[in-house]
Amino acid sequence: MDTMTVAGKELALDADGHLANQSDWTEDIAREIAGNEGIPELTAQHWAVINFMRNVFAKEGDAPSIRRLTKESGVDTKTLYQIFPKGPAKRAAKIAGLPKPKGCI
Amino acid sequence: MTQIAADQSLTSVSNATEEAPQPIQKVSIIVSRGSLEGVYPGLIMANGARMEGIEASLFFTFFGLDAIIRKRMDHLKVATVGNPGMHMPTLLGALPGMSAFATSMMKKEMEKIDIPPVGEFLTMIHDAGCEVYACRATVDMFHLKPEDFCAEVDGVISVGQFYEKAAGAQIIFT
Repeated sequence: MDTMTVAGKELALDADGHLANQSDWTEDIAREIAGNEGIPELTAQHWAVINFMRNVFAKEGDAPSIRRLTKESGVDTKTLYQIFPKGPAKRAAKIAGLPKPKGCI
Repeated sequence: MTQIAADQSLTSVSNATEEAPQPIQKVSIIVSRGSLEGVYPGLIMANGARMEGIEASLFFTFFGLDAIIRKRMDHLKVATVGNPGMHMPTLLGALPGMSAFATSMMKKEMEKIDIPPVGEFLTMIHDAGCEVYACRATVDMFHLKPEDFCAEVDGVISVGQFYEKAAGAQIIFT
């Protein structure tokens, strides 16, 4: 199993490279993962999406679709693709410490 | 000579197997059918490509154009006749209201799994950076005007232009 090291702590990753244990997640770890994904700074909009995803996941057990992000996170589709380049749902889930979303949409 | 050619082709095969397959970078998706079940697969694949960071474009041709015609896009129907996948006798499928019934059932199920209506889906896909084109030949054949199309359409292009734009892409025909 792959691991990542943040501030001297070794964290387990799943097969997709997402955090294996959600309990490991902290905001500092989110910043670290974002940096590795080519997002140097997390803005208020990033956090709005990350927190929305974490809330949905806590309630429903799966990360929300891009359609729900567009409709409910307060950040529109165009902006989502700008602030999380190359696939917003997948990338935001990774930064939020959640598994890759299962849905197709 | 034959022997040399065979050897060369063997070499190229073994070289190819050594390299890991390259991830798909770009897809050009053709939507040629105008039924609900004919249109959605292309839209879902285009949206899915963008979600994976893959460049995507959509090309609507023949009856597929209904999906980008403002007045028709949100009234597409499931085909209940000539569609063995419906598991319904043809004569039953032909009864008045049957297609409307099947369509409303399917739309309800799609909404449950977050598949948006065609109009909303196209806006989402276009906002995600996917280009949307209409086929020149079909537009001429059906005497369509620019104002018939939804705002997401980036242009009416010929087959030749489609191939130019699809340079380096995988072409998917639906």
